[in-house]
Amino acid sequence: MNFEIPDFLPAVPEMFVLGAACLILVIDAFLPDSRRDITYGLVQATLVVAAGLTLWLAGPEVVHTFSNSFVSDPMSDILKVAVYVTSFLVFLYARPYLMERGINKGEFYVLGLFAVLGMMIMISGHNLLTLYLGLELLSLASYALVAFWRDNTRATEAAMKYFVLGALASGLLLYGMSMIYGMTGSLDIAVIATQLTAADETLNVPLVFGLVFLVVAIAFKLGAVPFHMWVPDVYDGAPTAVTLFIATAPKIAAFAFLMRLLVEGMGPMHADWQGMLIILTVLSLAVGNVIAIAQTSIKRMLAYSTIAHIGFLFMGILAGTESGYASAMFYVIVYAVTAAGGFGMIVFLSRKGFEADRIDDFKGLAKRNPWFAFIMLLLLFSMAGVPPTVGFYAKLAVIQAAVGAGLVWLGVVAVIFSIIGAFYYLRVVKVMFFDEPEGSAEPVKPSGALATALSINGLAVLLLGIFPGLLLSLTHYAIMG
Amino acid sequence: MFADWPILSLLIWLPILGGFLVLAAGRDAPHVARRLGLAVAVATFVASLPLWFLFERGTAEMQFQELASWIPAFNVNYHLGVDGISMPLILLTTLITVVVVVAAWESVKDRIAYYMAAMLVMEGLMIGMFAAMDAVLFYVFFEAMLIPMFLVIGIWGGPRRVYATLKFFLYTFLGSVFMLIALIYMYIESGSFLIQDFHALQLGMTAQILIFLAFFAAFAVKIPMFPVHTWLPDAHVEAPTGGSVILAAIMLKIGGYGFLRFSLPITPDASAVLDTLMIVLSLIAVVYIGLVALIQSDMKKLIAYSSIAHMGFVTLGFFLAFYIYRNTGDWEGASLGIAGGMVQMISHGFISAAMFLAVGVLYDRLHSRQIADYGGVVNTMPWFAAFFVLFAMANTGLPGTSGFVGEFMVILAAFKADFWIAFLAATTLILAAGYTLWLVKRVIFGAVANDNVASLTDMNRREFFLMGLLAFFTLLLGVWPAPLLDVMNATIDHLVAHIAQSKL
Repeated sequence: MNFEIPDFLPAVPEMFVLGAACLILVIDAFLPDSRRDITYGLVQATLVVAAGLTLWLAGPEVVHTFSNSFVSDPMSDILKVAVYVTSFLVFLYARPYLMERGINKGEFYVLGLFAVLGMMIMISGHNLLTLYLGLELLSLASYALVAFWRDNTRATEAAMKYFVLGALASGLLLYGMSMIYGMTGSLDIAVIATQLTAADETLNVPLVFGLVFLVVAIAFKLGAVPFHMWVPDVYDGAPTAVTLFIATAPKIAAFAFLMRLLVEGMGPMHADWQGMLIILTVLSLAVGNVIAIAQTSIKRMLAYSTIAHIGFLFMGILAGTESGYASAMFYVIVYAVTAAGGFGMIVFLSRKGFEADRIDDFKGLAKRNPWFAFIMLLLLFSMAGVPPTVGFYAKLAVIQAAVGAGLVWLGVVAVIFSIIGAFYYLRVVKVMFFDEPEGSAEPVKPSGALATALSINGLAVLLLGIFPGLLLSLTHYAIMG
Repeated sequence: MFADWPILSLLIWLPILGGFLVLAAGRDAPHVARRLGLAVAVATFVASLPLWFLFERGTAEMQFQELASWIPAFNVNYHLGVDGISMPLILLTTLITVVVVVAAWESVKDRIAYYMAAMLVMEGLMIGMFAAMDAVLFYVFFEAMLIPMFLVIGIWGGPRRVYATLKFFLYTFLGSVFMLIALIYMYIESGSFLIQDFHALQLGMTAQILIFLAFFAAFAVKIPMFPVHTWLPDAHVEAPTGGSVILAAIMLKIGGYGFLRFSLPITPDASAVLDTLMIVLSLIAVVYIGLVALIQSDMKKLIAYSSIAHMGFVTLGFFLAFYIYRNTGDWEGASLGIAGGMVQMISHGFISAAMFLAVGVLYDRLHSRQIADYGGVVNTMPWFAAFFVLFAMANTGLPGTSGFVGEFMVILAAFKADFWIAFLAATTLILAAGYTLWLVKRVIFGAVANDNVASLTDMNRREFFLMGLLAFFTLLLGVWPAPLLDVMNATIDHLVAHIAQSKL
């Protein structure tokens, strides 16, 4: 048996983040509570350097390493950068929230960094086990993050739900992977794909059996209906700073995970998983958009809206065309940026002892602070998919992919539910602009980096909408080369 | 020399950027907001004049074209251009915006800078929509203008403004998303989002009918046609005066424009098959909505219903084309109907704007729109009464006013199609006279009804200017419509020649 020294270069960002996370963990242990800013600064610096490394190593070629269990391609480069950017924003938004509540612990940032590492491995995994390890690293860090405000009973309850259901989903995933492994004899994504192409009809039943478990596990992790029950409870129960995190960057990684498993690995079985995704799509669109209307908590509303967005994401993928995958990738990046802004706005309005998580807490925001009401308006219209915000192009792209694949009816279903969706986004706009502020609501004073970053985030949604060409071209380049 | 300038881009972006400038500079200084808003609106109007003077008559080509790559991944371009259909509508937009900005001078007291900004941004978006040659660009402008309008009705509107503005937004959104699907479908068929490529696209009958219905959902809501008109009275009643003026004078025209730009040329065969439906719906709008207008007790609602009835004339004119061809085998009359519809749209832009302004003038003084609260206004406001009667006459289609020209052309075309269609269409002359003149009788004439009316003061210089401006255009178009028809003729002839070709 000959042993080759693998090419470490493509994995340098991962190794750097791992090393930095361990180092920061040690440094943080020696810091007094008053110096947590150092931890924060180091984590953000790690993200910036990792982004630099990823961009430096980025290239058009597809590089496999570690015995084909790791891949670096244009898609992974772009998605990783998107993960760094959203995580950077999330940590930035989260810090004032944590400080006001006296929970600005180093663990938050270090766990966050480990979650980022998990996402990077999910994005670059090219082997069932690598992918699974990445997913578990992300999941475990996320469970701990949700539970991390330990004095808060709702957060603890949410963490329990998240953990139990997440563990169940991981079990399903492993079971499905074992079936696939059993039938194809390999864990390597590329080998699985070739085996499947060559597979004869008799193997089909056990393969589909395994595929079902894979799809169910992915649907669990992404929160697609009917595997969505944990989403509203966890989003609502977790501290907003954590909701902000789990609702954004992990979706980007989950997209990559889906691409590696279903498209690259199980691609030859497209006809089989397309039908499953169609069901998930229609249900997610319907349940997400309709139930969101009944919510009074904005966090729960955004949770259901996320479910609906996952439906749109699936729509791009199930089309089964390269432009469909590119559209879905565009969709997920746009979603992450918009959702970061939306949850960031809740963080921005909240104070110690006031979570600003009811829709009514946004009443009269246009009078209390017109600028941030405008920013929230842009974010909401982007989620609703109204031009000129970037959310429109995301919907345009995925609907186009579905129609291009001959699924015109699915496009019609999607737009009908997006009208229903528009209603609850509009309701928040209505509350902000048409209602009077409640009681003694004083003007909102913008302060610090949070306000600046939030403004940039909101304007980015508008500017990307006026000039969507670049990002769309990037995602097309990522998928098609 | 101007012909090479990017006039259309200027017309789109000047008011949009100007609107944000007003917001930035005028937030705490209402005077600055008003003056700056007016300056931007006037500058845009002046900048739009070259379109009229440099427009090449006698060709159906798109003029003043601009082309830049926008979203290469989907082959979407920033492609602008105007023809004889869109150019007059752009001029109408720039003119009406000046009117709206001036009208808001004193009547809008709360957050004037935001109001001005919303109106100016909306102007830019509407011009962009009329000038777009690319379907995605069109759709972006078409949808984006909902946002400022949603805010205008919701912030400055009446007591039921939230209901009205949500209804307005959701109705329009509902219609337009189906259009989006149709546009995407045609992109996949043709590989391009250029509207002219859609015109040339060969489509089967089923596809045409579905596409036609998708466009119908978008434009019938917008124009609005019976039975999807119910958002309009609510929106009009609750909207502030300026919002009503924009809504009636320009936004409704977008529906008509859409039929001409998309439905007829892209799906001529489906239009020919479904024209009976369209004609019937148009006649219902003319007759039934005319009757509904008769019983209104709220002035704005009455004018809103009258708008729907007048828009019924527009769609009638457009869709008579195929009927006439079937009956007479000649496309001459078809051009007449379409041209009539176009004239009616422009004319209605002036008249409805003036009518809503007139209600606004009264509302600013007595804060009531109920007809019953008025009576004998002529005694205290003679100038106002004179203008009101003039516009009421124009609304009924009195010869010499612009209202007559369009209606006459459409009725003439209807005669070529079928006597009974013409007969029913002509009842509008009676019904419009009925509801409008009865309104005049109850509000303007008679003895002074109450102390409030007795305390009214006549129009100030600003209001006089607005009314005078609109009266000038109403009369000009009424006695001398030839320049407008000149501009449109080549484009309409081209359109008719195009729809005469079956795509099957």
